[in-house]
Amino acid sequence: MHVSGKIYGINGPIVTILGDMGFQMAEMVHVGRNRLVGEVIGLNKKQTTIQVFEETTGLKPGETVEGTGKAISVTLAPGILTNIFDGIERPLQQIAELGGPFIPRGVSVEALDTRKKWETRLLVKEGERVYPGAVIAEVPETPAITHKVMVPPEVSGLVKAVAADGSYTIQETLAVLETEDGKELPLTMTQQWPIRIPRPVNRRFPADRPLVTGQRILDTLFPIAKGGTAAIPGGFGTGKTMTQHQLAKWSDADIIIYIGCGERGNEMTNVLEEFSQLVDPKSGNLLMDRTTLIANTSNMPVAAREASIYTGLTLAEYYRDMGYHVAIMADSTSRWAEALRELSGRLEEMPAEEGFPAYLASRLSAFYERAGYVENLNGTDGSVTIIGAVSPQGGDFSEPVTQNTKRFVRCFLALDKSLAYARHYPAINWLTSYTEYLNDLAPWYSANVGQNFVYCRNQILNILTTESRLNEIVKLIGSDVLPDDQKLVLEIARVIRLGFLQQNAFHAEDTYVPMEKQLRMMETILYLYEKCKALIELNMPMALLREDRIFEKVIAIKYDVANQELSKFQDYHRMIDAFYQRIMETNA
Amino acid sequence: MSIEYLGLSEINGPLIAVEGVKGGSFEEIVELSVAGKKKKLGRIVEINEDKAVIQVFESTDEMSLSNTHTRLTGHPMEIGLSVDILGRIFNGLGEPIDGLGKVTAECVRDVNGLPMNPCVREYPRNYIRTGISAIDGLTTLIRGQKLPIFSGNGLPHDQLAAQIVEQASLGEGSAEDFAIVFAAMGVKYDVAEFFRRTFEESGVSSHVVMFLNLSNDPVVERLITPKVALTAAEYLAFEKDMHILVILTDMTSFAEAMREVSSLKGEIPSRKGYPGYLYSELATLYERAGILKGAKGSVTQIPILTMPGDDITHPIPDLTGYITEGQIVLERSLHQKNIYPPINVLPSLSRLMKDGIGAEFTREDHQDVSNQLFSSYARVGEARDLASVIGEDELSEVDKKYLQFGTAFEQEFVSQGATENRTMEETLDIGWRLLHILPREELDRIDTRILEKYYDPKP
Repeated sequence: MHVSGKIYGINGPIVTILGDMGFQMAEMVHVGRNRLVGEVIGLNKKQTTIQVFEETTGLKPGETVEGTGKAISVTLAPGILTNIFDGIERPLQQIAELGGPFIPRGVSVEALDTRKKWETRLLVKEGERVYPGAVIAEVPETPAITHKVMVPPEVSGLVKAVAADGSYTIQETLAVLETEDGKELPLTMTQQWPIRIPRPVNRRFPADRPLVTGQRILDTLFPIAKGGTAAIPGGFGTGKTMTQHQLAKWSDADIIIYIGCGERGNEMTNVLEEFSQLVDPKSGNLLMDRTTLIANTSNMPVAAREASIYTGLTLAEYYRDMGYHVAIMADSTSRWAEALRELSGRLEEMPAEEGFPAYLASRLSAFYERAGYVENLNGTDGSVTIIGAVSPQGGDFSEPVTQNTKRFVRCFLALDKSLAYARHYPAINWLTSYTEYLNDLAPWYSANVGQNFVYCRNQILNILTTESRLNEIVKLIGSDVLPDDQKLVLEIARVIRLGFLQQNAFHAEDTYVPMEKQLRMMETILYLYEKCKALIELNMPMALLREDRIFEKVIAIKYDVANQELSKFQDYHRMIDAFYQRIMETNA
Repeated sequence: MSIEYLGLSEINGPLIAVEGVKGGSFEEIVELSVAGKKKKLGRIVEINEDKAVIQVFESTDEMSLSNTHTRLTGHPMEIGLSVDILGRIFNGLGEPIDGLGKVTAECVRDVNGLPMNPCVREYPRNYIRTGISAIDGLTTLIRGQKLPIFSGNGLPHDQLAAQIVEQASLGEGSAEDFAIVFAAMGVKYDVAEFFRRTFEESGVSSHVVMFLNLSNDPVVERLITPKVALTAAEYLAFEKDMHILVILTDMTSFAEAMREVSSLKGEIPSRKGYPGYLYSELATLYERAGILKGAKGSVTQIPILTMPGDDITHPIPDLTGYITEGQIVLERSLHQKNIYPPINVLPSLSRLMKDGIGAEFTREDHQDVSNQLFSSYARVGEARDLASVIGEDELSEVDKKYLQFGTAFEQEFVSQGATENRTMEETLDIGWRLLHILPREELDRIDTRILEKYYDPKP
């Protein structure tokens, strides 16, 4: 029998009980007649404080609160992928079947389908000794992903009995272990894990390979490492969600966990619809086969919004333990921080900056530190990459959430309002964004893409930085008075901005660009720069160079050269040579 | 349940406290009778064992600690609904004020609503033609969208909203199943009257439901007005298969009312004194727009808000922009140039536009033209800045063209008559005509194929 108590006070999602009833911190509780799910967040001798993950409308003082003895946890088993959950892992599809189009209160559903039979292949034998994380069975969860049934962390022992290969539900016993202390422990496909505690690993590796995204500005200028952390801050309308969608679609992670935290309902519907139709170009499977959505939209209860981030992380860590590379898209971490603020306000805690609680920084750091490239307990390698969108208040990056996030991420992709206004997408500002991963990843680029990749990347960034310096002058006196070599820098920077940085997410070829093509594009632009520079040094005027359509042709490479026809780049080199010759012959 | 509690323990503005309450529940509605006659409604906003804090929807004048009887109703705020509400006018709580008597309710609904399950939403794709170029061409309104108008005091947002309503409802494909739900929160009498007259003149008033909380009506009442209106909208859309356009004006008054009550309750303020839950509260309203899978009806929202001090970073427009699917921003300097509608297209955006336009819906060149217009108009700003430093004469030829394009864009594309109803073709053709002012090399956002088809070398 678990402890219970009677409700004393109700204030929004916060419920209090008078006296210490023996609840534990972070214990999951059922509140009231409708058995709303809640969590204990504060204890003292006088009262117990509970946050409720559902609407508290209609709750009465005097109703019972029942403890469960367990911390708030998620169920881990096959069936997670392709699914859409709310913030506390309740499947929205089943809720819709039970409760209709609107989400009712106190609806009780199993997190995962317990009746579905999964085709299972057992991998352990009787008499084998198994350790935490050991894979005891395999289940083809989707065409893309094989689910590995593992011994839970902190469990080890001798296999006493094993089921035969066949179809099992997630609750049926697959093997029986005799643990160290001589007890028999049946193992099923299911594990429970508290969402706020990171799953253990053997050790962490340095980040040395990139998350390839097919987005030029990311892969080339501001790469993210597998197991790394990145933040995408931007005011409304700057394209945070679009960038997250592009990453979820095209990045080379094995599994994507998309957390819609306090965002729009229609956006989640869009992801759901689109991912169920789009095919992953690398594997030929549906994108949805490797995706799990966590949808706690802005009108769903605020406490579940706070939990949704942790639910997503725990699911990601579970797949990482199987040896997969998982990427988390958290859209948006600001909503989560605001949920903290809202709850903190209800608890009447002393606010720090802008009303956010003082523990905002420590919560953010704990969140981002759960990313990493690791060796799992079972010896396999896996990674969790976290890409968090930040929605700064008023688009101002000096606000607490952006500033604190900056301290804990190593890649910062600042979205820019003026770029978005000009419909330059992705609207990532190349001057304020940064990545700390470049040096760690440089060896990988040299070995896998090209020796000159990092050199080209630095050249490109260099030209862009020079452009911004020149623009300061242009703003004061106009561009006509600049010397020709500086006009050339402006022209090449324009080619880079339009032809390289701008990428059209709705264009079949341009939406995903392989690394080799990115390198070839950079080479071509730099080659053009080199040739033009030579002409300018021979005193050819910039106006003359501009008469040729060569700049426009290079800009159009992104559309004109398909991802598979890289040999075409030679034509461009020849074209630039011809342009050089032409100018020389006609004007020398 | 008809136990009445006599007396109060505290009155603080619109908040009252009652002690000794048994069985009261959170968000429950209570009836208050003052000195045995006046009936008022209130809502329990905080409850601690037997002490309930109640928000009174009307003024607390004449109430004393001893003359008030409190009766629990046992349910949260509800309204009675039937199709008969069409053509009627109600106050902010859903009580009729047009003198035509009570509406016979077919069903009773909790105004708080429930969140729509993302799994059963239908992603909105059908565009609504408003006949206004800046909206149709650049920030296309989609059925099921929530697209607010960010305005300022003294700007013609009401006129714009009325024009949208009129032209969208009278446009092609409009049938009997179109209706408008209008909720006024703290607006001036003149504004409410303007809308009522406009609806009447355009002959749609039999398809309009109005919920009016005017600026001299009780402040707390406007906290419930949008909820009542949206409950009516959901009922008409999802049970009576109608396409509903909801106009909520002015969201700023709604947020102000929240701040007022929050401060009286002694809550810890976050930004600019607004409560920490402002975002959640706004979201529960805005997210009630949408389309359900398999349902015939839809709820489209056009909330209007006046940005205090024309500041788009103020918490109200800021949080709204993070929830809604875009925004239409009105600009004072355009208004001063006598441009109607004074829409500043650069910060304006429709997030759902990308999936609702193109060859299947509007025209194949729509996306490219709009991208190019945005990009070129953004460049106009740079050219103007430069001109203000070095003078127009010193500008390069290209920059001069941009200045010319900028003026023409504002005068011919954005600006139009208050009753002018342009077709999509007209809008896009004006766009092309203006783009011809610029040299062809500058049109870098348009696919080469489209450019060849639509760009006429000798206009």
